[in-house]
Amino acid sequence: MALINESFFSAEGLEKRLAGKKFWKTMMTEYWIPKDINFLWALGVVLAVTFSILIISGIFLMMYYKPDTALAFDSVNYTIMQEVAFGWLFRHMHGVAASVIFLVIYIHMFTGIYYGSYKKGREMIWISGMLLFVTFSAGGFSGYMLPWGQMSYWAAAVITNLFAGGSLEAWGLVEWIRGGFAVNDATLTRFFMLHVFLLPLVIIMVIVFHFYTLRIPHVNNQISDDIDYDAEAEKYLAGNKKESKVIPFWPVFLSKDFAVVSVFLIFYFYLVFFNYNFAMDPVNFDPANDMVTPAHIYPEWYFLWSYETLRGPFFDMLGMKAGDIGLIIFGLAQVIFLVFPFLDKDPDVLPAHKRPMFFIWFWIMIVDLLVLSVYGKLPPTGANAWVGFYATAVFLLLWIVLPIVTKMDAKKRGAL
Amino acid sequence: MSNTNRRDFLGMSFAAVAAVGGAASLVGMKQAWDPLPSVLAAGFTTVDLAKINLVPGQPQTFKWRGKPIFILEKTADMEAYDGDLVVGDKRYTVAIGLCTHLGCIPAWKTDVWKCACHGGEFDATGKHTFGPPPKPLVTPPFSINGTVLTLGEEGSESKAMMAARA
Repeated sequence: MALINESFFSAEGLEKRLAGKKFWKTMMTEYWIPKDINFLWALGVVLAVTFSILIISGIFLMMYYKPDTALAFDSVNYTIMQEVAFGWLFRHMHGVAASVIFLVIYIHMFTGIYYGSYKKGREMIWISGMLLFVTFSAGGFSGYMLPWGQMSYWAAAVITNLFAGGSLEAWGLVEWIRGGFAVNDATLTRFFMLHVFLLPLVIIMVIVFHFYTLRIPHVNNQISDDIDYDAEAEKYLAGNKKESKVIPFWPVFLSKDFAVVSVFLIFYFYLVFFNYNFAMDPVNFDPANDMVTPAHIYPEWYFLWSYETLRGPFFDMLGMKAGDIGLIIFGLAQVIFLVFPFLDKDPDVLPAHKRPMFFIWFWIMIVDLLVLSVYGKLPPTGANAWVGFYATAVFLLLWIVLPIVTKMDAKKRGAL
Repeated sequence: MSNTNRRDFLGMSFAAVAAVGGAASLVGMKQAWDPLPSVLAAGFTTVDLAKINLVPGQPQTFKWRGKPIFILEKTADMEAYDGDLVVGDKRYTVAIGLCTHLGCIPAWKTDVWKCACHGGEFDATGKHTFGPPPKPLVTPPFSINGTVLTLGEEGSESKAMMAARA
């Protein structure tokens, strides 16, 4: 069948041409989700909604923003904030959403770790998710540069300097990334391009891929039950909705998601209207000055833990320079979560509370990341430097013991 | 058989053309991100040490290629060092004022440069004495004519200073 005789201007004709009903069925009404889940399974949709808010608010900001070192600061702080109708709202929505999306990403990530939703067929879900974390981080960093305040400039200076490679002095790479000897106009404009075009494009493609990776292994459930989806779907379609272990994505699963999204949006708009300051660092309301570094600089909260691993090792040891060790650990911290599925040597998929040693590992990791985050914001002097050092050491140690811990759990259970 | 060879040839030709085109595009794209000629040429800063009213022990900052340059006239009780610039009977520290760790500008506190970013410290000669910086502050290329420094123009004095600090 190639030629379609039904009129283009009829519902039937359109259906013949596009097979919309079949598409809707495959993607929505017969895409099966397990029943035994909780609100943490709704965070994927919360993230999709938050990302949409970022795109829409970003479009409105882009119409007045000027990616030029002479104009950027005023285009944000005067034009958008004071002249454009609701410009302040779009800016605060964009800034708060950029911050909050990381909170939800972290919870989403650690939900996956807790319930073991990254192995036995779900590795690709995990890896594509971590790619999203990396691309969102790049998006957060490039966006932070755009208002061209003091924090924008110095964050750009420090982060691009990471590519000097410490003692390696990979001369040329930093200058290439910046398009100059120091962070300058070319740097701002190219990061603007990355922020508003290339990164969103890549992020959207990876989101589509992330959704697709879920399709065959399906989402995990609270007890890691290995569900026969064909059999359960048949029960559901036959009307045995109560006995079936699954529900369709639409309308059943999404209707619950919308409830969670509503609660999230109340929280989000509360922040936008009444507490936006946490996403608007006062130091960044000073225009960028390449001759003065602010007295104390720190990244946004969601980068603090990895930033602290960078400066944690503050003295030379093992024949290496302190700065190089920090750089290596920092580099490791960026990619180590990607290989999580391959460091977990337990062959069973189980929630952490059924894996005693891993359960302890999980909570130590959470506490350690919180400690790193808190000390990442404090000045690195005196006792603070030592707390940062030990927290960084614990972070490294946790990754070294992860294969051992997971193996021990499996042996005790008799699975190995 | 001859048919298979013909297809192999077509396939390899296509791959070769695509590879050359792809590689050439990458070179072009890489160069589009290189610092522009105007940036590279934005060249030279001159500083006359006799006219800037330096107070010994109080560094001043000048701008060269978008980077801060620290010039400190040493006091009598500051350690003399081969990497100093000596003009007449005065000793100076001349250094690019960017922390050698990640490029923040350290601030002068009494007798050391302290970096706010990661806690690095440099003494009055520019040597790293604490924290993550892997090496001393870098000497910029300059030449000196009488008391006039020309930053960006490599001279024997700056070469000797760089050698002393290496």
